[in-house]
Amino acid sequence: MTRAARSPGWSRVLVAAVPALWLAALFLAPFAIVAKLSLSSPATAQPPYTPVFDLFAGLERLTADMSSLTLANFTTVFSDALYVDALLSSVRLAGVATLVLLLIGYPAAMALSRLPERWRPLGLALVILPFWTSFLIRIYAWIGILRPEGYLNGFLRWLGLIDEPILFLNTDFAIVLGLVYAYLPFMVLPLFAAVARLDQSLAEAAADLGCPPWKTFWLVTLPLTLPGAAAGALLVFIPSLGEIIVPDLLGGSDTLMIGRTLWSEFFSNRDWPLASALAILLLTVLLPPIMVWRRLEARRWSGAA
Amino acid sequence: MRARPLSPRRWDVAVLTLLFSFLYVPILIVVVFSFNDSRLVTVWAGFSTRWYGSLLSNRPLLDAALISLQIGLLSALIATVLGTWAAIALTRLGPFRGRAVLGAMVYAPLVMPEIITGLSLLLLFVAIGLDRGFWTITLAHATFSMCFVTVLVQARLLTLDKSLEEAAQDLGCSPLAAFWQVTLPLISTSVAAGFLLALTLSLDDLVVASFVSGPGATTLPMRIYGQARLGVTPEINAICSVLIGLVTLALLAASLLTKRDFAARRER
Repeated sequence: MTRAARSPGWSRVLVAAVPALWLAALFLAPFAIVAKLSLSSPATAQPPYTPVFDLFAGLERLTADMSSLTLANFTTVFSDALYVDALLSSVRLAGVATLVLLLIGYPAAMALSRLPERWRPLGLALVILPFWTSFLIRIYAWIGILRPEGYLNGFLRWLGLIDEPILFLNTDFAIVLGLVYAYLPFMVLPLFAAVARLDQSLAEAAADLGCPPWKTFWLVTLPLTLPGAAAGALLVFIPSLGEIIVPDLLGGSDTLMIGRTLWSEFFSNRDWPLASALAILLLTVLLPPIMVWRRLEARRWSGAA
Repeated sequence: MRARPLSPRRWDVAVLTLLFSFLYVPILIVVVFSFNDSRLVTVWAGFSTRWYGSLLSNRPLLDAALISLQIGLLSALIATVLGTWAAIALTRLGPFRGRAVLGAMVYAPLVMPEIITGLSLLLLFVAIGLDRGFWTITLAHATFSMCFVTVLVQARLLTLDKSLEEAAQDLGCSPLAAFWQVTLPLISTSVAAGFLLALTLSLDDLVVASFVSGPGATTLPMRIYGQARLGVTPEINAICSVLIGLVTLALLAASLLTKRDFAARRER
């Protein structure tokens, strides 16, 4: 045991500094670089951009670099309808998926919370289990189901409901379905936690006083579980907005989602500065929901402690 | 109106049946059709394990699986150490300057879209001139996984009775010895769960790895994705089924371990 670790001051600094430095270097610093790059001009070089700011190049170079900073990428992003449309359509698809998940999540969470004590852990485990299997595999599974010659069309044809296959794959419907399927545990778990904490006697009292179940839900359960619903909605909406695998595998070639647009600007067009500008845009849109979520979490932690 | 104890129960059973069918039927279809003898995935042509045989001779796929496993184990190890470290800092140091910043840095990656994490890390690696490949993927995975480990371990540390550690220190234990001999054994289940979660996240990651990987470092999800974009094939069904089987086994083992741990704790 060294003297430094024994002295409380030093060891405290060390304990806090190691994870903080790691995250500062590999999480915060990269954002600064994205911000910087979003203000640079693209170039056909390797790496494909004109660097601005070389902190070691001296003051003169720095001022020269400052003047070469350009808002051109952001002008492009906002003047080209493609990018704004991609953002709006991402918000729309992620929003619809979040609403659908709220509609599925509440009955599911309430049914889980009413399971006999003995079965509840198993029920919850079954909700979480798919989260542990690969995201990619779970989305891939839907390709086989939704294809024109896939299992869903086969089933509907077998039932005699359709003659011609319905186009499910490569539609917005498929994207919303994929998002709902992929993020379902993130909605059900916070909702379950909120519903299970609810005092059952409140709902019973409402029922005894002649309140129909839907009204009890609307007047008692919903208001009291709103923080859980908000946490679930944010946990689903935030990653859905930047989702890329789902629109790429299940969406059509004309489907616009901001994550996919960023991806193709980066990998196909090799326009790193424009991709960075899109990342900054996405981050700006996501910052308010992330901060609300963070506040909800902080309140939950302080409540638990 | 009063006599309705049966109908809500039926409603619950219906809801849960639908929920679990929705969650599991797609996965079951993949597994079942991986045993299909036909190359046409929608037509059942008898039971066969030939696609599993062809997996074993698919060299690029096996290489990718090996790389994924190495990156997964290594990044999970780093993430577990750093994540536990951060959890200790957040729960055991009391208030200190920068605690809020550390908390924010731990929480932000949890919800950050992968595409932003991937892009920003790639730009960092390019800026500092690090060759992209095995090590850059490992660093990237360790960074986002450690935050998940922190959340898990932090939850356990908050429920832990602090007086045990304080007693150890009062009895002459150094803070570090108290951590090794008292705290760590008590939080070991959460730390192990954190390791498993970090491993899973790493094995699962496609987006970040695609950004920060270089020539020669193709992970298994990247390989599967490349084939899945071209359509459904029995080989992908087979490799997916193998992965699903492995995850199920790992989770069964983990739940048995925690059950034993809980039983032991109750006996004490």
